[in-house]
Amino acid sequence: MAYFSWMVGGPQGSGINVSAEILAKALMRSGYYVFGQIEYHSNIKGKHSYYRLRISDEPVHSHVEEVHLLSALDEETLVGDMYHEFPAHRGHAHEIAPGGAILYDAEHRKFISWIEREDILFWEMPYAELLEQALAAAGKPGQARAYRIMTNTLALGATVGALGFDFEPVAEAIRDSFGSKAGKVAQLNVDAARRAYEYAAEHFQKQMKYRLPPSPGCRGQIMVKGTQAVGLAKLQAGCGLQTYYPISPATDESVYLESYQGQYNLVVLQTEDEVSAIDAAVMGAHGGVRSATSTSGPGFALMPEGLGFSAITEAPGPVVVIYQRGGPSTGLPTRHEQGDLLFALHAGQGDIPRIVLASGDIEECFYDTFDAFNYADRYQVPVILLVDKHLASSYQTLPPFATEGLKIDRGKLFDPATGNGNGEYLRYAFTEDGISPRSVPGQEGGIFWTTTDEHDPRGHITEGIGNRLAMMEKRMGKLAIAAREIPAEKKFRLFGPSGGAAERVPVLVLGWGSTKGAIVDALRRIDPQQETYRFLQVRMLRPFPREIERYLHGAGKVICFDCNYAGQLAYLVRAETGFACQHSVVKYDGRPFSETEVLAALEHAVADGSERIVISEGRVIRPGDGRQQFDELVALRERREKMLPPMVPLPPGYNK
Amino acid sequence: MATAATDLKVFKPTDYKAEIHNDWCPGCGDFGILGALQMALAKLQIPPHRVAVISGIGCSGKTPHYMHTYAFHTLHGRVMPSVTAMKLANHELTVIGVGGDGDAYGIGAGHFVNGGRRNLDITYIVFNNDVYALTKGQASPTIQKGMKTKSMPEESIMEAINPILLGLACGYTFVARGYALDTKYLADLIARAIQHRGSALVDVLQTCPTYNDLHTKGYYAETVNGQPRLYKLDDTDYDPVVHNPDDPVEVAQKKAQALLKSQEAGGRIALGVYYQMEVPTYEDYLKKKIPGLREKPLAELDLYHRDITPNLQELM
Repeated sequence: MAYFSWMVGGPQGSGINVSAEILAKALMRSGYYVFGQIEYHSNIKGKHSYYRLRISDEPVHSHVEEVHLLSALDEETLVGDMYHEFPAHRGHAHEIAPGGAILYDAEHRKFISWIEREDILFWEMPYAELLEQALAAAGKPGQARAYRIMTNTLALGATVGALGFDFEPVAEAIRDSFGSKAGKVAQLNVDAARRAYEYAAEHFQKQMKYRLPPSPGCRGQIMVKGTQAVGLAKLQAGCGLQTYYPISPATDESVYLESYQGQYNLVVLQTEDEVSAIDAAVMGAHGGVRSATSTSGPGFALMPEGLGFSAITEAPGPVVVIYQRGGPSTGLPTRHEQGDLLFALHAGQGDIPRIVLASGDIEECFYDTFDAFNYADRYQVPVILLVDKHLASSYQTLPPFATEGLKIDRGKLFDPATGNGNGEYLRYAFTEDGISPRSVPGQEGGIFWTTTDEHDPRGHITEGIGNRLAMMEKRMGKLAIAAREIPAEKKFRLFGPSGGAAERVPVLVLGWGSTKGAIVDALRRIDPQQETYRFLQVRMLRPFPREIERYLHGAGKVICFDCNYAGQLAYLVRAETGFACQHSVVKYDGRPFSETEVLAALEHAVADGSERIVISEGRVIRPGDGRQQFDELVALRERREKMLPPMVPLPPGYNK
Repeated sequence: MATAATDLKVFKPTDYKAEIHNDWCPGCGDFGILGALQMALAKLQIPPHRVAVISGIGCSGKTPHYMHTYAFHTLHGRVMPSVTAMKLANHELTVIGVGGDGDAYGIGAGHFVNGGRRNLDITYIVFNNDVYALTKGQASPTIQKGMKTKSMPEESIMEAINPILLGLACGYTFVARGYALDTKYLADLIARAIQHRGSALVDVLQTCPTYNDLHTKGYYAETVNGQPRLYKLDDTDYDPVVHNPDDPVEVAQKKAQALLKSQEAGGRIALGVYYQMEVPTYEDYLKKKIPGLREKPLAELDLYHRDITPNLQELM
């Protein structure tokens, strides 16, 4: 796999995500595979954010630490936030691969001397001048200051010019990004980008040793992020009610669905809190509508009560999508972590039958969400889908989701035409598989009673022992049915050697959720012949696929990846199977695993053999490394002259 | 769907009564409210299978079990989220929330507030007895400052919530007060609440013979300054209705009138409709946005054959 790694950094509100997504789209339409990953603060304007694109000639599922070309929209991207008492970072220059380049704004020239690198190229762009030329040509001379927000578009043009990629697909993507408003403003942006393109092409083109690989010519891809994949699956699955309370990084999904309410006859309900969100979704499910809610860890912390409500009333759902972020509490609202695995499995009062799924990538987000609704209806249980910030906001180019083979299963329904109605219908009738046909309110003959108290088959309260035993077994037994019925590949997936050698591999890599992308890409790099490593992805966490036990015991060693502090998957595997993984690789710095980091962890695990391996910023770290980095940044700031925070320009005409 | 046979049937209050033993205390005010609800539904001739009664937790929470309708005994404080979703799932059903004062104004206060401002076409009947009875009589949010029932070790040192004021502030478009032991009048109020297009609050003064020894049947039957403590707004010239909802002055005046009436000096308490205004409901606005809802309730729409191709094309 040949690839190119590009990064753009700037203050929030300066449009870096828009320009990165325009570039990604242009590249996709030109046949490339692209993976885009964004890091941003819990802030509206001004704090540092950056966006990486990995552009490849083969399907790509992760980012790498090294940057080939950095486009810096501000000084902080170059040298960090040296205006804080305790700086958070030192910019991105150190991430540039030897021989790589920085595109920077002439206005930030003085900070270039702060960068202690001899082995990279510094490409200075006169953005203000080029912008002034573009504005003058559009009949707006002397307004470069007011239109400074357009610098991101110029920087996009400069990137494309420096790389020697065609301008036309980028121009088209810029025009698309303005949608129906395309017109003078879109044209001004295209023109400004073209001026930067020409300047960069003339001065820097192909000076650098890193190049875009030749286009593989892949056609017909979509560029999609996790929140969209989940949203699309909800539409496909016939979801009728989506409830939510705004929370990062889950909100994008609900907002996406909200904009399609009329087109698809979907009700999106913004509630007063997450308690209400889950209860409304439970009741929507009882009301005969496929219902779902989406949240993050702090929101899910308000939902265990509703999970119990769903479980004891045997509601067909809801589907609860948890977009994990850095915890505990408010934690890192816009950063990544897989810290809610054990919480999702255990939240609630008493024994709650629940199905818990975890998507490994954006493609699985779509299919898992679709399946989640079928499980909810079939087993009349709440279904939790664990995803995370990395899946939520990363973009990947993929073939369009295949919808032809997807079947909707609404489970056992009471049929007023065929009977057991007219007062005889029992909502919680004991059945062989523990699943009772459900009636939907409004039907004649289907009246039922429901209570969150323990209840008899009619749904009335009882505290009798025999009934209690039978009802507990009815509810909890549904998980065994689910474990039996759900196909193996939906519970766990194996990558790497198959067939006879399948159960005997030197190294078994174990992971769940979004660690998959980095692991899959890393193994392809480290073990292209698939001789040494195999990857086992746990895709369903409850009921837990005990079938994996034979692979664990058959491996030379097992290396388990978790993007959390405690090693929650390793803990769960031990609890469920008794098997102790030889190595637990953990990462809790609020950022997702890169391919680079998986490679570093594997190398270390194989060579060194320590049981707990902690990863951050591309390498294995030791206790105290974080503190040392903290102290170094403070010392670095003290050596620097005074620096002001970057300013985000207001939109043109804002003060009129 | 109602069949021709049910359309012809005349429903009696007993048709809404479930065949199950009722375990409320003898003499409980809840019996009056239950009976009034059944009478109201019979008065309106709504087929039992077209009604969903949804409760929270507590003595009042058991109400749905005693109803022969679709019946949901949900979570403490979560009446409003449940009522909201049931109405969204099927806006053609008559959806009635029932819950205690602690449920509505305490643990469920946030839901009560936001449920009101949504103005769905629902009815919320609050059983207001000043105490948390099922946990043996602790103070509820409506207990008056300085009051100490026999079940409380100390007197309350907090102000009481005024449900009428709260209802007005939240945006309920029908705000009424009933009395559990005047079942006939309460049935009339509940029927009017159900008929009202919009969120209707009926706060019902309810006696708790076991734990509330202050606001008893006798207390409510007392006279104050030679006049009965309880009287009906319908017997006065009080007009609760906002006749022109587009007139902000009239809206404010009618709210102010209700505000004064809810804090009547001298210990008299008015029963009846304090405030009523008909404006478009949440469902009306949804129907504007979501064409399918103009034809059928959400639960009856075929949402299972959607074609998401246009969305996929947008991502290309």
